[in-house]
Amino acid sequence: MNRRQRLPGQRPLVRTLALAAGWTAVALLGTFALDPFRNYQLALVAAYLCATAGLTVLVGATGQLSLGHAALMAVGGYGYALTSNALPFEGAARFVVALLAGAAASAVVGLLLGLAAARLSGPYLAGLTLAVVVALPAVASTWSTVLHGDQGVQTDFEGVPDALRRIIALEQWQAMVAVVVAAVVVTGLALLRGGRFGLRMQAVRDDEVAARLSGIPAGRVKVLAFAASSVAAGLGGAVLCFVAQAVSPGAYTLGFSLLLVVAVVIGGLGSILGAALGSAVIVLLPWLIGRLTAGLPTDAAQRLDGNLAVLVFGLLLITVMALAPQGLHGALASRRRRRPPDTPRQIDEPAPQKVLVPTEEQR
Amino acid sequence: MSQRSRSVPAVLAVAALAAAGLSACSTPEASPGVTDDTITVGTHTPLTGPAAAGYSSISAATKAYFDYVNDNGGINGRSIEYVVKDDGYNPATTQTVVRELVQEDEVFAVLNGLGTPTHSSVVDYLNENEVPDLFVASGSPKWDQPGTYPWTFAYNASYIVEAKALATYAQETWPGKTYCVLGQDDDFGTDFTTGLITVLGADGLASTQTYSVSVQDVVAQIGAMQAAGCEVNFLATVNGFTALALGTAAKMKYQAQWVSSSSGGDYPTLVGYLGEDVAPLLLQGFVSSNYLPFSPDDEWVALFREINDEYNGGAPFSGNTVFGMSVGFLFAQALAKAGDDPTRESVLDALEVGALTGNGIVPLSFSKDSHAAFEGVGITAVDQGVQDYVGDVFTTDGGDGDVVPYTGEPVALEGDGIPTA
Amino acid sequence: MDRLVFLLGTGLARGAVLALFALALVLIWRGARVINFAQGAMAVVSTYVAFEVTSLTGSYWLGLLAALVSGALLGFAVERGVMRFASPRSPLSGVILAIGLVMVLQSTLGIVFGPDYRPVRVPFDDSAVLVGGVPLLSPYDLFVLVTAVVVMVVLAVLFRWTSLGLQMRAAAFAPEVSRLLGVRVSRTVTIGWVLSSVVGSLAALLLVPTSLGLNPHATDSLFVLGFTVAVVGGLDSPVGALVGGVVVGVAMSLVTGYLGAGLVPLAVLALLVLVLLLRPAGLFAAAAARHA
Repeated sequence: MNRRQRLPGQRPLVRTLALAAGWTAVALLGTFALDPFRNYQLALVAAYLCATAGLTVLVGATGQLSLGHAALMAVGGYGYALTSNALPFEGAARFVVALLAGAAASAVVGLLLGLAAARLSGPYLAGLTLAVVVALPAVASTWSTVLHGDQGVQTDFEGVPDALRRIIALEQWQAMVAVVVAAVVVTGLALLRGGRFGLRMQAVRDDEVAARLSGIPAGRVKVLAFAASSVAAGLGGAVLCFVAQAVSPGAYTLGFSLLLVVAVVIGGLGSILGAALGSAVIVLLPWLIGRLTAGLPTDAAQRLDGNLAVLVFGLLLITVMALAPQGLHGALASRRRRRPPDTPRQIDEPAPQKVLVPTEEQR
Repeated sequence: MSQRSRSVPAVLAVAALAAAGLSACSTPEASPGVTDDTITVGTHTPLTGPAAAGYSSISAATKAYFDYVNDNGGINGRSIEYVVKDDGYNPATTQTVVRELVQEDEVFAVLNGLGTPTHSSVVDYLNENEVPDLFVASGSPKWDQPGTYPWTFAYNASYIVEAKALATYAQETWPGKTYCVLGQDDDFGTDFTTGLITVLGADGLASTQTYSVSVQDVVAQIGAMQAAGCEVNFLATVNGFTALALGTAAKMKYQAQWVSSSSGGDYPTLVGYLGEDVAPLLLQGFVSSNYLPFSPDDEWVALFREINDEYNGGAPFSGNTVFGMSVGFLFAQALAKAGDDPTRESVLDALEVGALTGNGIVPLSFSKDSHAAFEGVGITAVDQGVQDYVGDVFTTDGGDGDVVPYTGEPVALEGDGIPTA
Repeated sequence: MDRLVFLLGTGLARGAVLALFALALVLIWRGARVINFAQGAMAVVSTYVAFEVTSLTGSYWLGLLAALVSGALLGFAVERGVMRFASPRSPLSGVILAIGLVMVLQSTLGIVFGPDYRPVRVPFDDSAVLVGGVPLLSPYDLFVLVTAVVVMVVLAVLFRWTSLGLQMRAAAFAPEVSRLLGVRVSRTVTIGWVLSSVVGSLAALLLVPTSLGLNPHATDSLFVLGFTVAVVGGLDSPVGALVGGVVVGVAMSLVTGYLGAGLVPLAVLALLVLVLLLRPAGLFAAAAARHA
């Protein structure tokens, strides 16, 4: 294996693990320097990173665009919350079991969606996943005996372990837990993409027919890629539920789903570092804009408050897509001497336009 | 790896900045948000997004009332600063902005947080951190749990109280008619329907229809009510869907008596949806409930209209304006009763000893055992384009207690609407 | 039985608007091979223009005209100003650009007009005509139905029998070959966007008076439903859009009437999944392709 030529996106195992450990250590130490609100924001960034990393790997490696990752996060959140409430014990064990249940729930839903996704190309999949997010409130209210409609499910609060209570505040603890989960998710995704499965995903993305001819089970690869991405999103939702002690359909709207796409695109499609940067942008920018508009007269502030952030995100999305499709990560990378191995390329790549509708051309 | 070597100093720089920011703000001894001449409170409310329609006028009205108070010397020499955060009716955003209010803006209290799903997501946080969570803008019975949520106080009459009062009025006014309900498919609809059944009996409703806010079409539901021969229709609908239901019924030439919760029964707002030409016709005889001053010749309304013109740029005057200003008045009163140096505890005490009157048409119920504001409502009706109280006022509880007519007077206006200790 | 007739009538009226909106999606798919996720947001902008013109002049018809003109201009501007940047090789870049556009348009409308619903009036009697005691379609519903059918016929003629229509189809299916044969592909693509935007604006303008009113998000669910209709009918098939619209409209009405309003989004999702998995080209694609 070590003689194998490495393709874009491939990185040796040891380096991936070292990189992950380094970043995690920096982030964990960083929590000590942050005040509670900054730590809360860091926890949000970490939770969003789980979802955006999953999304960016999905889009980058397989060319499937999901507008429904908010719904998958919600599935993870509900899985976490319902399990946590049902468990007879408390503490770290309850957290871990509930987290795994959240991952399992999102894996199941991801597999089902992935089965559909494997048969659909870009815009069709985007539309289907859009309909999934839009249907989420209806799901919650139809099965309201379990999911409690738009009130959502509240969970008990997981406090700081006794041993650490003297030195760590609640928000810092939540940020640390979120960072660790995000680190595990991101490392897992990086290993998945860097290994044999990553090669298969790229082969299927670049030319599905050729991949099939080479013996790659293209359908299965796509389903598994979608499921893996879904698990990442589900873990993000579970972490959000751990931080917020609640999960409700109103928190996982279409707007939020689109925000995840914004994060992935402005970070640079396919780049996990870009997903991290993008997640930080979608957490910090609305807050910054809120600070800026706070001084305005009531009427102007009311109109600008949430709208201005969405306007900026929309403009960013268009600008990045039109002018710099490699995003923030691409901008960073272009300053380096050589093109780094994980620079996303797929957007310029001759991705075959797989249209399900038979056209005259194909007849 | 170059990206690491470049990023680590950046992370350290951010950390240093954050640490500097932390040490700059020392912990005050008094309650957060209180200085010698100001007191800062905050709220979360939807200003943008699909669910924002109609709500933004509430916080603007509260702010206008506080500006009025501040221009007249404030409360105990302190002016009230009101920080309004947009949450887009998204519970996740509510969590973020409420933490921002508490941790960054260091507000003294959260005032009139709006919405059941949104506020549910922060009620635990606020109580864990012992932040006064005053006058929640939602009719959920959830906020009246002094044991579980000692820092949370409701404002709206609960949906159950409203429904019991309206059902009692309907039974007295239109006995023997066929009663039906159209409700939102969430706790608003279910709580309201529960209240109706408490009074009308388990088989008192001939048809129970629901709608979902995501589908702006109630033709099928109204058609079902028409087919079931419904004569008196209760509505647990927000204003937009009240308008949609009435408009749809009119299109189908379906005549019925409509009886709406206060959440969807505000005449000026309904006119905004239906248009000024047809609204007086469609809404003739429309019955709703309210617990705040709303008669055209009421002295509170006159004062609020003046404040609205002077401090709110003459924005359209609606039930939301009265609601927002009444919340402002109640908070000012709580502050005035909380002593010269108000603390979070002293405000809580002022509320729990029952020192507040508010400005409603029924007395406030705040006490050690009750965090519900209004346990009673008055009945209003629309006649010739004017919505006014018809005279019937009922009090009841959120359980299966009796509905009792109330004969006391509404709270009178004193001292230009600026409360004093 | 009365109830069924009533629900079918209601569904038909709703379905006509959905069909028209789906047709806009079909047009752009045929013209440029993209699904315009910004269709709803663009249409709501035109509806605001119509609303303003109607309030200024007092004439519904001038407002309608203004909506069509602004729809055309918007279609032109969006194609030239934004969608030109979509990478021809990646279907995703067009989707992402359109999503960016949705965010820009809706937030700008929110800043300019605020979040409140504005009532939109029509110069028609919108109370339903009673047939055998059952309220059926209103004159306004009939106006919507007739408009939808007229637009369909005009477009069918355009695509089947005019040189421009043929050029547009050729350019969309085989841009390189068409270019070699002298078709000005970039011009036909622009025309496709303009046409589609006009039709989408018309659909939104017809829908808004029957809903809560005009709001920056007034077309959010119209897009999801219109997309479902387009997929059910087959993205390539205008006839499919018409039939799909009626199918989805009637299905929604029946689900609301017999099962409950809350289930409608689930029913739509289920329909979408079923069609995509069992007949991904849509119910009408094969027939349409054979005729083409």
